[in-house]
Amino acid sequence: MLTILFDGIAYGMLLFILAVGIAVTMGLMNFVNLAHGAFAMVGGYVTVLLMQRLDVPFLLCLPIAFVTSALLGAVLERTLYRPLYKRPHLDQVMFSIGLTFMAVAAVDYFVGSTQQIMQLPEWLKGRTEIGEGAWMLGMGHYRLFIIAVCAALTIALQHILTKTRFGSRLRASVDDQRVAAGLGINVNVVFLATFAVGSGLAGLGGALGADVLGMDPTFPLKFMIYFLIVVAVGGTSSITGPLLAALLLGIADVAGKYYIPKLGAFIVYSLMIIILVWRPQGLFVRKGGKA
Amino acid sequence: MNNTNILMRAGRWRWWELLLWAVALALPWVMNTHALIINEIAIVALFALSLDIILGYTGIVSLGHAAFFGMGAYTAALFSKHINPDPLFGLAVAMAVSTVLGAICSVTVQRGTDLTRLMVTMGVGLILMELANKLDWLTGGADGLQGVMMGPLLGRFEFDLYGSTAATYSIVVLFIMFVLARRFVNSPFGSTLKAIHDNRLRAMAIGIPVASRIAVAYTVAAGAAGMAGALLAQTTGFASLDVFEFHRSADLVLLLVIGGVGWLYGGVIGAIVFKVLQDAISSITPQYWTFWIGLFLVVLMLVGRERVVRPWTWFGTSSSKKKEGAA
Repeated sequence: MLTILFDGIAYGMLLFILAVGIAVTMGLMNFVNLAHGAFAMVGGYVTVLLMQRLDVPFLLCLPIAFVTSALLGAVLERTLYRPLYKRPHLDQVMFSIGLTFMAVAAVDYFVGSTQQIMQLPEWLKGRTEIGEGAWMLGMGHYRLFIIAVCAALTIALQHILTKTRFGSRLRASVDDQRVAAGLGINVNVVFLATFAVGSGLAGLGGALGADVLGMDPTFPLKFMIYFLIVVAVGGTSSITGPLLAALLLGIADVAGKYYIPKLGAFIVYSLMIIILVWRPQGLFVRKGGKA
Repeated sequence: MNNTNILMRAGRWRWWELLLWAVALALPWVMNTHALIINEIAIVALFALSLDIILGYTGIVSLGHAAFFGMGAYTAALFSKHINPDPLFGLAVAMAVSTVLGAICSVTVQRGTDLTRLMVTMGVGLILMELANKLDWLTGGADGLQGVMMGPLLGRFEFDLYGSTAATYSIVVLFIMFVLARRFVNSPFGSTLKAIHDNRLRAMAIGIPVASRIAVAYTVAAGAAGMAGALLAQTTGFASLDVFEFHRSADLVLLLVIGGVGWLYGGVIGAIVFKVLQDAISSITPQYWTFWIGLFLVVLMLVGRERVVRPWTWFGTSSSKKKEGAA
């Protein structure tokens, strides 16, 4: 049971890193970016291909995946996304689905449609067990690694958002773009940087998750719903909301798939619908806060 | 009094429309070899018509409309397989079932933002797909529901291999639903839907019961989508998980956007353009046609769909607007 909890937390952490970028674009720029999963896929594929073809060590692949997706995000933000900020949500949704379709077909064309196998380094393959019987806690080392990395990233993100100058500029831009611009904050640059970091995090999440989630060209479509659930349930006004939502979702999904495999993803979707009908603005939104 | 005139004028039929429908009805017999794709276009057009009622007229964003389409398809297929092979009977049952489903789901779209609605509608579609996948004793699971035998239409017209009967059947159903939908959106009730679409707060302020209006519109649209699904299952004699797929909902929004939302013909035109494009592109590159559709979407959104689709939308909306202005 504890093992399931542990796996659920690891899974949730992974989802959080994957989804935090989308939370930022949605909360900050009010842009519904369904192509977020495509950035994650880029990170995942960069890692997998580097390891398979060039034998780059795993730990070196992670920053490369981050930088690649971040650069891609920055370029796309500048060229394609920016003109669409002011458009209706439906346009943004259609645009980003279009991007996703293109990414899926392009990866299929260049790499092939089969699932990519990743060889983890030896020191991440093991498993440690503590305790006995029903309370036994089995920790896969790789999952432990994921939790550590994601926890560090979460703390860093929270620190950047609340303690640094960039964070306060970002929050100012969230609350009122025009006033922020009037105060001399270059909103465009703040948005560009944020979008790039968000995409980079997605890429990192994809790289970390390539082994757990599986990497094939349909990845963006398969996990899009999960990112969106995290954001919709957690709300977009803080980092903690999506984090808690991701953990809840991760645990529910792993536990559901373990105890009632026949129902599959059913549990997660039902949970989301119930929560959203009950609290349409998300679970962890402060009262009177901006939705 | 003046106002009722305007309302009635918007719903009035013009001679060229009747001519177009007559041509459409003749098509399956004239273009015998293309009857199958004509049938598909008619089905997708009906599906898009139903989305237009909630997206174009009420302003509810849905990415899970395939839920009702699939429900209709499976209901019709199961009904004809186990209970009664008569197509019209099956169509009615499928419509009834998806209408009920729509009524249940309508609770989920009344509150929240666009994002919440996107999520919830998508979630409902995915849940139904999971169900259809897991209840394999009933639906055949991932293999699809096979062995659906349809009886002859009205007891006389057999469904043949070329699909002329099927196409005619679909077009007739599409036409009937089109007439009904037109009556629906041009009624005073339809006007309140447009008011909700334009400004929900204002609609509430002038005394329109917003929540219940949205619920009714959503339910009606669900019923129509179910009919489209039923037509698909009946004319192909097959229902598979594919009817619930996410891309079906996404394509549907796309084709409605191509044709133009909020004037009913948008879905029909979008369906024709989309299906012909799909047919053409996938005959060139069967595997990667999603890339081109994605590119098309991206360009369409960047350029602005008004400029791209002007040649078609020009007819419906501008002429009725001119008259409104004159009156």
